[in-house]
Amino acid sequence: MIPSRFAYHAPRTVEDAIALLQSHGDEAKLLAGGHSLLPLMKLRLARVAHLIDIGRIEGLASIRQSESSIHIGAMTTHSELAESELLAQRQPLLPRAAIQIGDVQVRNSGTLGGSLAHADPAADLVPVLLALEAELRICGPAGERSLAAGDFFTSMFTTALAPDEILLEVRVPLAPANSRCSYEKVPHRASHLAVVGVAVQIEFTADGRCDQARLALTGLAPVPYRALAAEASLRGKTLSGESIEAAAQQVTDGVEPLSDLYAPADYRLHLARVTTARALASLAPL
Amino acid sequence: MQISVRVNGKQTSAEVEPRTLLVHFLREQLRLTGVHIGCDTSQCGACSVLLDGKLVKSCTILAVQADEREVLTIEGLAPREGLHPVQEAFQECHALQCGFCTPGMVMAAHALLSRRPNPSEPEIREALRGNRCRCTGYQNIVTAISAAAEKQSKREAQP
Repeated sequence: MIPSRFAYHAPRTVEDAIALLQSHGDEAKLLAGGHSLLPLMKLRLARVAHLIDIGRIEGLASIRQSESSIHIGAMTTHSELAESELLAQRQPLLPRAAIQIGDVQVRNSGTLGGSLAHADPAADLVPVLLALEAELRICGPAGERSLAAGDFFTSMFTTALAPDEILLEVRVPLAPANSRCSYEKVPHRASHLAVVGVAVQIEFTADGRCDQARLALTGLAPVPYRALAAEASLRGKTLSGESIEAAAQQVTDGVEPLSDLYAPADYRLHLARVTTARALASLAPL
Repeated sequence: MQISVRVNGKQTSAEVEPRTLLVHFLREQLRLTGVHIGCDTSQCGACSVLLDGKLVKSCTILAVQADEREVLTIEGLAPREGLHPVQEAFQECHALQCGFCTPGMVMAAHALLSRRPNPSEPEIREALRGNRCRCTGYQNIVTAISAAAEKQSKREAQP
């Protein structure tokens, strides 16, 4: 399978990439790691007249720490997330989810920014960013803006990015001192995408109660979401069989689940509750 | 579009259409037919090569993305004489049946052992997640990779 013909552009700066987006409008598409876009182009589900490869812009693939956050460049690959010492120590939820994406080859090519901009309803990193309340730094012709992860994903395969904007960086807060996190996933046996995935970060009080719990789920709804009712139910409680079960029952509140032959709606709901319970149990003190 | 790629240690310039996939460039223009096309949908791993030292699926990368970079295919793995330790181990452990997935398996094994010289069995299996053997001959492939790891560490121990 070969994509239809396109003109290839390899800008060296963000400004040049934005200028290309402006001049080619709807006919242009950004190429990051290509692991969502190229398969679509090969199947001719996507036809692109101007392909703008941002892989040669320097400075878009880095992981660095500032005072209270970690800044991750949009072109950082899933492998780089999975293997980052800095993230392992200061924000381990990201590497724990990244190591569960696809396979070695996919992780070596696929990028954080590419995955976010593609906005697959089963993406692994989207619930992680929702649970961490990440900020996304975006650049367009008028300059830069920041957007909360919760405002970035608008619907299935659709984001708040304007056609002439580029996602530059993701900022996640450092993991709070007394916190633990987990990403639990039921992978599709063939594609290894999440049938259901649950990202959790919990801050504990000194006496071991949940102070602030954040849970987000992927694979269930057109857009991954925060399970606010479940979060609230955990506040002030220790993680016990009872509190875990109560929270797990609430993660699907108000959700109209996706449904397909592989995972019909009721099965998906069941998986969401079981997976949530597992994720929470993994955070309980031994 | 003109691209310049270092393939198996040799600098190569060629004219390609931008839509040419790396796997087609390698197989059809450079005649490196050890790089196989299996599923063509980035699942099976038969087209795996190293790009700047990282294992990738060449069916899901454009040849133009490899411009000014370095590619290693199965053809470039063995020394001038004889076989690469991973290839030897595959032969000795009978790690292939039909052989179609073998080049990708060998490249995946080589990529793993470059990063982790002594992987555990679960680590080997995890490293092969992106490579399918439809003869289902995984057991001997895993055995061969363990054997290759041993071979390589013995060779390195020699003065």
